[in-house]
Amino acid sequence: MDQTQLSNRIVELKAQLSAASQQIDALAAQAAALGHPAAAEAASHGSFFITGLTVFVLACFVGYYVVWRVTPALHSPLMAVTNAVSSVIIVGALIAAGPAGFGFSKIMGFLAVILASVNIFGGFLVTQRMLSMFKKKGK
Amino acid sequence: METLSALLYLVASICFIMALRGLSSPETSRQGNLYGMVGMTIAILTTLALPIVQSYWMIVLGIAIGGGIGYVIAKKIEMTALPQLVAAFHSLVGLAAVFVALSAFYSPEAYGIGVPGAIAKGSLVEMALGTAIGAITFTGSLVAFAKLQGLVTGKPLVFPFQHHLNAGLGVLTILLILWLVQSNASVAMWLIVLVALALGFLLILPIGGADMPVVISMLNSYSGWAAAGIGFTLQNNLLIITGALVGSSGAILSYIMCKGMNRSIFNVILGGFGGDSGAAAAGGAGGGERGTVKAGSPEDAAYIMKNAQSVIIVPGYGMAVAQAQHALREMADLLKKEGVDVKYAIHPVAGRMPGHMNVLLAEANVPYDEVFELEDINRDFGTADVAFVIGANDVTNPAAKTDPQSPIYGMPILDVEKAKTVFFIKRGMAAGYAGVENELFFRPNTMMLFGDAKKVTEEVVKSME
Repeated sequence: MDQTQLSNRIVELKAQLSAASQQIDALAAQAAALGHPAAAEAASHGSFFITGLTVFVLACFVGYYVVWRVTPALHSPLMAVTNAVSSVIIVGALIAAGPAGFGFSKIMGFLAVILASVNIFGGFLVTQRMLSMFKKKGK
Repeated sequence: METLSALLYLVASICFIMALRGLSSPETSRQGNLYGMVGMTIAILTTLALPIVQSYWMIVLGIAIGGGIGYVIAKKIEMTALPQLVAAFHSLVGLAAVFVALSAFYSPEAYGIGVPGAIAKGSLVEMALGTAIGAITFTGSLVAFAKLQGLVTGKPLVFPFQHHLNAGLGVLTILLILWLVQSNASVAMWLIVLVALALGFLLILPIGGADMPVVISMLNSYSGWAAAGIGFTLQNNLLIITGALVGSSGAILSYIMCKGMNRSIFNVILGGFGGDSGAAAAGGAGGGERGTVKAGSPEDAAYIMKNAQSVIIVPGYGMAVAQAQHALREMADLLKKEGVDVKYAIHPVAGRMPGHMNVLLAEANVPYDEVFELEDINRDFGTADVAFVIGANDVTNPAAKTDPQSPIYGMPILDVEKAKTVFFIKRGMAAGYAGVENELFFRPNTMMLFGDAKKVTEEVVKSME
């Protein structure tokens, strides 16, 4: 009597356990299903943002240390050259003006290419002119 | 392909860092500029090789037009006009940033950030920030240019509720950005452009001419942040790195300039300096302790300097206006022939842009190892026989050390009063930019040489020969 009762009870427990484990599996699958698309979406933009931010902050530090070492006598050329260098925005302008076809974006890109080119040529040349004037005693 | 272009962009970034690094001394600076050019060439060629770029005629035409204009300007510009040139160049970067952002807004697919009308929210924020900063840089630099070129008065233009209006426009920009992110509406984008354009104009208008070193550095910094903002939108590390470099460079220069005037950046931006301090100056002038002004002739100056052991020349904006740097160099050459020790002392905020005086002296063939910064030369005034101040005023005013009531109190100054004799070349007795009377003019060892800086210097040279 006791033995059959006990074995019945074990079978019952086993059934309950398997049911529970099935439920857990289902929940886990649901969680995974929920989690995955969100993660994938975040990865497309969010991960670049973090990479970009890392690069940005590190570059700010590099800029900080490099610029403090610039001698005050050359602060004018520094402004001219950073101005020329910031025209690297031409990269964005080229992508805008590059695709085949014609449209508003292309015109904007074209104008931006012109503006940035004025700056690139003008900025670097004026810097060169300035720097060529700095001479040491008894040249 | 993607990996290769990313690597080439990295090389370009390093070239730009080396370009700034080169400026740590005049010897390495030319090589640094070369690095900059190489970096820019790599960046452009790499972009042209990207598969998205398919039609080249428009690009080649654009570079030819822009490059031609830039080349001619750079070759023809007078060195005294440098500050306005730099301001004008900043405005171009700002406008280019706006154009690139608009193009990304209307064709996001070209940059891989979505389709028109459904751009990723993060990209919209970055795009809007880049646009706003670019637009502020554009109109702000235009105003700075107009002031430096003399098209608009250099006096601060203040009107009632100015700061409230600017703050309101700032808040409005933020609200518009929120609206843009929520709705993706092109109206919002255009409104951001318009409001930011107005804001840039109004922000720089109240700032006076002598504060331009700070303004130019600040706009320099803005043009960098705008490029970095666009870099986030385009997911391009080169733009981010370069933008950050330029941004921090401009920020450091603004800081150095502010420190040179002992003023906070907010004080400068809020503007109106020199307008409201007139009353304080008038009060100080009525103090009665002023002695008599001794006006000298160029012959006197020539005689005294020829017989001196050491002369320190202090140039200021007046020298730039009068284009007196060449005559000044001639004078220094004659003095050196007589065995006189000649040095130049430069105040951090002398002129209209950081390092303005150094470039003008270099243009006149003054060797850069005779030109010293404030902290390196200030103790030499005590042993100098003559301090020759040409076109500077406020940066020599001892009131900055002694009079807590003075608007320039606390500003680091050149201790010209410690020299045995002080010459001031000035057009007249007018107060300096800060509206403060300079008590040095009334001291017994000061001699005023009234007239145009260039003419007076030439006359001194004539009497030396």
